Amino acid sequence: MKQEHNQDKKYKKYGMVIDLDKCTGCGSCMVACMAENNVPFKEDESNKLDSITWMRVYKLTNKKPFPDTEICYLPRPCMHCEGRHSGHSPCVSVCPATATDYDMETGIVSQIYTRCFGCRYCMAACPYHARYFNWWDPVWPEGMQKSLSPNVSPRMRGVVEKCSFCYHRYQLAKDKAYFQGRKELREEDYQTSCTQACPAGAITFGDLNNPHHKVHQMVLPDLAHHGKPKKKNAFRLLERLGTNPKVYYLSSKKWVRDMGDNYTIEEKHKGVKEELHH
Amino acid sequence: MDSALIPKGVKRCSLPVFLFGVGIVGVVLLWGVYAMLLCWLKGLNQTNMNDSYGFALWIWADLAVIAIGGGAFFSGFLKYILGIDELKNIINYAVLIGFICYSSALLILAIDVGQPLRSWFIFWHPNVHFMLTEVAFCLSCYFAVLTIEYIPLVLENRKLDEIPFIHNFTHNMHGIMAVFAATGVFLSCFHQGSLGGVSGVLYGRPFAFREHILVWPWTFFLYTWSAAACGPCFTILLTKILEKITGKKLVKDYVIDILAKISGIMISTYIIAKIIDTIYWAWVTAPSMGFNLMDFYSSEHSNPLYHGLWILLLEIVIGGIVPAVILISKKLRSNQKLLLTAVICGTMGVCLNRWVMVMQPMAMPVMPFDSWNLYLPSWQEWATTILPVAYGIILIAFSYRYLPIFPQEKELNPIEE
Repeated sequence: MKQEHNQDKKYKKYGMVIDLDKCTGCGSCMVACMAENNVPFKEDESNKLDSITWMRVYKLTNKKPFPDTEICYLPRPCMHCEGRHSGHSPCVSVCPATATDYDMETGIVSQIYTRCFGCRYCMAACPYHARYFNWWDPVWPEGMQKSLSPNVSPRMRGVVEKCSFCYHRYQLAKDKAYFQGRKELREEDYQTSCTQACPAGAITFGDLNNPHHKVHQMVLPDLAHHGKPKKKNAFRLLERLGTNPKVYYLSSKKWVRDMGDNYTIEEKHKGVKEELHH
Repeated sequence: MDSALIPKGVKRCSLPVFLFGVGIVGVVLLWGVYAMLLCWLKGLNQTNMNDSYGFALWIWADLAVIAIGGGAFFSGFLKYILGIDELKNIINYAVLIGFICYSSALLILAIDVGQPLRSWFIFWHPNVHFMLTEVAFCLSCYFAVLTIEYIPLVLENRKLDEIPFIHNFTHNMHGIMAVFAATGVFLSCFHQGSLGGVSGVLYGRPFAFREHILVWPWTFFLYTWSAAACGPCFTILLTKILEKITGKKLVKDYVIDILAKISGIMISTYIIAKIIDTIYWAWVTAPSMGFNLMDFYSSEHSNPLYHGLWILLLEIVIGGIVPAVILISKKLRSNQKLLLTAVICGTMGVCLNRWVMVMQPMAMPVMPFDSWNLYLPSWQEWATTILPVAYGIILIAFSYRYLPIFPQEKELNPIEE
């Protein structure tokens, strides 16, 4: 009976595909994320090194002089890394109090705010700078408390927070499906706020393990090789570190794809970049 | 005024002079306490740490005091396990230094975490797969061991020793001290190593990551080794400083010579292992992640003053090879100036190693489009880091004045009746 149950059980691997050719750098994803997840902000946000942006848009340039200058905007949420073996994310593996966890059923890396005691080891471990520390208590402008989302708990001073792939939406979608008598979520049932807010449709979200979901079709993750994308224009950030992230990027420009990872001088001369990624 | 408390047969400065000296250090201590309270009451926004530089001065100080406090466990190992009895003349001081270092480490950690009142979660919800959990357990247990080792010293105070129960109790504690020393060695080997492990397992940070042997990264072994090697240097250094301040010889040269020689052998073997580790990391590990060695040290966007190759050379050559060469040579280490140079270099070398493993991985960008980070500690961070130093000086001052820390002091400094 138990064996049958295990065979029926199909783990999901929620992930994101961001088409950098479509991203205009408008920042809608960042705004939507902050509003959806009650992300606190400071009165003066000019110092980005201690401000919280679960979704951050980086500006990349090919470093060529005019008129060959090209730029690209790269939105960076938490990568929800799986690591080389299941759940061995850089951050999850180093949390001493199990305040961050890898959910094997969804592939989402959680953060338990009330258990985190603020050692910041996860921040040191994350090469994407996707984790943020609450240096201050959250303070909302007069009256703004009323517009906070009731589904996401605000965080207190002294703990780490990060993108959760809008996990509360997953929970709500599960509840809704249950009441409607469905066991499985449809692709459109669970979508992150940044995905829905992107006016250019650059962000796609879904189950990477499900061949019917767009994210799977867009990058064709190679499950035998830690999810490496089979599609030529697809890449992941810092693939070589073995973090096995679940956020994929698409770009038709080679220089953008090359910006996704580090290469030694010898490799740059040999031009082995594409080989390493696919 | 307090002569009844001072050990028999030794001379101490007058109480007003002593209190004046302690008072000056006490002011510094209060400054640190004020900064500590600010951090606890207002939060870590009192520091200059940020989301890129989440590890900073405190974590370095924490690792450094644990490393240089390693003289306690290693001296205990040499005396109680290997039976080098001559070291009984310096073991009390080594224990005192270890007690100061480890209590300081725990204090720094209590300031460093964002939610200090939740610190017990590390014991309640432990991540048994991560080495920091082991560090927390071993560190706490070893501090308890050091406390047990320090208590007999306190009870040997002249007035306390007059009480028969305390006298007998202290005598019996000395009798079983080998058990605690062995426990301390066991705990220290693990937490020193695990502290190295927490850097070496950061596979998202190519600067810190090292290859593994089973579950242990190379840094696990290097940290234990370096603490055992350089900890005694710090013990000798503080002995020399105390001798300079008091104007007395407190430990005979042959005792220092034995410890210095063993330290020299340890540093020599450590630095060979460290060089091999560096070469393998530079030529194999880092390139497999897409980095050349010089990517870590020079960049058009980094400041060579903070992130230059000179740090690596300083650590290995001045902090490793120089003390190793001096301390393994009988002739060189017999020269007091060279001995002092060696122990300063050895102490500096291990502290710099901890700096490199904590601070530089934070400074260096991993994503190709990210930038280098520069961090300068706030005054609150400096004050809370100096706080344990002031606390240590005061504890040494009181211990030296009222407790028989140095068994050879009486013989080396006879008082004319």
